Amino acid sequence: MIAEKTSRLLRGAVSIAIALSAFFPVLSNGQNTPLVLSNPRAPATDPRVGLKPGLYDAGEAAFGMERLGSLPKPPGFAPGNVVGAPPPPPPPAPGESQPPGPPSNQYGSTNSDLAFSGNHLFVGNYNGINFYDIDNPMKIKLRTSLICPGGQGDVSVYGHLLFMSAEAVNGRIDCGTQGIPLPPGYVPPPPPPAPAPTKDGAQPARVRRPPPPPSPDRFRGVRIFDISDLSNPKQVAAVQSCRGSHTHTLVIDPKDKENVYIYISGTGAVRQAEELADCSGGEPETNPNTALFRIDIIKVPLAHPELAKIVSSPRIFTDAQTGAINGLWKGGNHGEGTQTTSVTNMCHDITVYSAMGLAAGACSGNGILLDISNPVNPVRIDAVSDPNYAFWHSANFNNAGTKVLFTDEWGGGGQPRCRATDPMNWGADAIFTLSNRKLTLSSYYKMPAAQTEFENCVAHNGSLVPIPGRDIEVQAWYQGGISVVDFTDAAHPMEIAYFDRGPVDGTKRAMGGQWSTYWYNGYIYGSEIARGVDVFKLVPNKFITQNEIDAANQVHFDELNVQNQPKITWPANFMVARAYIDQLTRSNAVAPKQIAALNASIARVEASPSDRKEVAQLKALGVSLDKDAAKAKTPADAERMRALAAIISRNPPEFFP
Amino acid sequence: MALSIWAISAALLFLNTATASDPQAASIVQPGAPGESSKTLSPAAAVIPPRTPAEPDISFMQGMIMHHSQAVEMVDLLRTRSRNKKLQALGKRITISQSDEIKYMKQWLEDRGQPAAMSHSQSGSHHMDHSAMGGMKGMDMGSMGLMPGMLTPEQMQALAKASGPAFDHLFLTGMIQHHGGALIMVQDLFDTPGAGQDNVLFDFATDIDNTQTAEIRIMQGMLKEEKK
Repeated sequence: MIAEKTSRLLRGAVSIAIALSAFFPVLSNGQNTPLVLSNPRAPATDPRVGLKPGLYDAGEAAFGMERLGSLPKPPGFAPGNVVGAPPPPPPPAPGESQPPGPPSNQYGSTNSDLAFSGNHLFVGNYNGINFYDIDNPMKIKLRTSLICPGGQGDVSVYGHLLFMSAEAVNGRIDCGTQGIPLPPGYVPPPPPPAPAPTKDGAQPARVRRPPPPPSPDRFRGVRIFDISDLSNPKQVAAVQSCRGSHTHTLVIDPKDKENVYIYISGTGAVRQAEELADCSGGEPETNPNTALFRIDIIKVPLAHPELAKIVSSPRIFTDAQTGAINGLWKGGNHGEGTQTTSVTNMCHDITVYSAMGLAAGACSGNGILLDISNPVNPVRIDAVSDPNYAFWHSANFNNAGTKVLFTDEWGGGGQPRCRATDPMNWGADAIFTLSNRKLTLSSYYKMPAAQTEFENCVAHNGSLVPIPGRDIEVQAWYQGGISVVDFTDAAHPMEIAYFDRGPVDGTKRAMGGQWSTYWYNGYIYGSEIARGVDVFKLVPNKFITQNEIDAANQVHFDELNVQNQPKITWPANFMVARAYIDQLTRSNAVAPKQIAALNASIARVEASPSDRKEVAQLKALGVSLDKDAAKAKTPADAERMRALAAIISRNPPEFFP
Repeated sequence: MALSIWAISAALLFLNTATASDPQAASIVQPGAPGESSKTLSPAAAVIPPRTPAEPDISFMQGMIMHHSQAVEMVDLLRTRSRNKKLQALGKRITISQSDEIKYMKQWLEDRGQPAAMSHSQSGSHHMDHSAMGGMKGMDMGSMGLMPGMLTPEQMQALAKASGPAFDHLFLTGMIQHHGGALIMVQDLFDTPGAGQDNVLFDFATDIDNTQTAEIRIMQGMLKEEKK
């Protein structure tokens, strides 16, 4: 008995040591380890502090961004219970209690994630998807409202197929809005009697409640719609999964032209086998087939999307040494009064970067790195944890694949976590460098302007802004607005632009703000939870030049699903060259005299592209710049100098956009 | 001649369709099950009817307010009883999350015209009572007893009497027990027929699960360090 106990303890100690060394590469609580910096909070004089509240008439502050237009949510999604209904009655007089009534629908159903295809924008919502025509981004138009509740309505698009996540218990296969009523005459079994607390305070053995009746109508998983006719989308498949789909990620295997894949991140309660075969929950010790500790992968045959089905459920949290499927952050039992909890049992969101054969998973208690060379069998190659991180929520790679920006959705998005009292490294981004397939924490970044207690605010979804020579992300912070962060220097991220509105409601908490803000072909689109859709563009400020914006705007996507991260390439022309020159000017990496010479030489070649002498002179400048790159003060400047040199050493026809 | 009549009627037809279906108006489509055809809805038909909150959802929120209040009491004790900086930082995290969630739940109930407390004899301010035991005894919890994971009066008493490392240990084990109870409450909610169909509540319950799990993870890590 004693021997057994010791060996168990020993095993425990060994596994703790392994866990600590493997998953605590950097501790960052600042107590006994190297300090990891966060950006400072903005002063109270920041224009975002103290903005006027309002649903449609809130005060706004912007820097380096301009709002071009907005469309409120349409019928079926909009605030108010009835189309054209009068405003809600005034609040009761003081002292009078509010009469019980139906829930208010003051802000409508929640807008969520975005996907893009051609001139169309798809805005997910807990109640369906709205399709917008964005041919003219200054004046976008609603094309189709697709009603299909299920939350959270995470969307992806591939050709004529539109994918949508459903996780809520009220989702129906037939897209009905009535929820799942209990069967007629159903009498719920009595709940088990509450066990008496034990003397020493230990948790008494718990009898689980009998589960609710299964429903053949319930849908939790990924829906697939055919949008060949944008005005009349049809549901072609509905792939059920045990935990539903909180988010999903479109995965395209460059070697497979016949199929696409969908990674399902399910975070909800596990369904019972009576409702969906082979679903069961619980800890792996008691149930090796548990639907926890895995992701599900759907294979979608493009010629027959109706045959889409789950083809694998990889156990990506497995401990390589012991084979335990709950290998990451296995809590374990710690004596009386505690219970066993295995905390990393799901991913919240996964971003794949097929150009590198990698995926970054934000998986509740860990950030993980996956090798996806075989998309149906992703293999974990690194995992990190962080004591300041409550909930690993989402991830983006930089374009070179040398950094990963993770977000921590501390408080789940419904809580106000950007108050002046909330720490700057909680509910923030964590920026990791990625080298030799290993992640190392470099810094934290949080939208710096203090928000009120009525504004839900925490790090949320963003995408890269393709300014060459810099790593820039435009990111949503719920009611904290939009923050554009430059993380080129992974250890010193800085805000270079922003947009913010006052609270949706200035008297009480109300859910609102930007869910996702993504750059798409020259514009930034925001899905505002309460207010609808916003369209923005970047404008020059002291951190961004027009040349940089113009260079970014040369990048064109035919389709964009941000979690299926595209590799960005820039044309080798003068527009891009000028962006690099601006950056080298800003960082003082190249002497002003040399900058002037470069600008003058480029202007002369532009004026007379067939003048061989001028072209030769520009090439000579390129050669010397390339040589100087080795002496650059920062790796970023060295890259810029080499990239600029490569452009101006080319032949004339390629110089022009 | 015939040709011109055709042309006129074609033009009329075109005019007719143009006025009948305004090309500016978006269509509202409700798909059917896979393979079924989709329906077109009028704007009025697309509106989500108001739904009365489900009884188990209401009692979940009311119960969780009571449950969370105890954590705030425990952290209040921590402020004076412990000199452990890491534990103080954790206490700050717990207080922020539990107090925020209490406010959120009260707002949810208020928006739906429901009282914040479970029983009419409740003032709703019991969590402010720092003499934990007196507060617990004075509470009318009806047939509910303590919410899962809540510390018993004896446990709270022991915690209130302890200080230093002994307090730290009791705090960690007690809070893990407390948070574990919230996970049970969330599981119970989703095991209850008809519960959790309110989207706001669904998200919130899932977030509670995530938050408490994350904090349990931190506390388990601290217990491990304690053993070293």
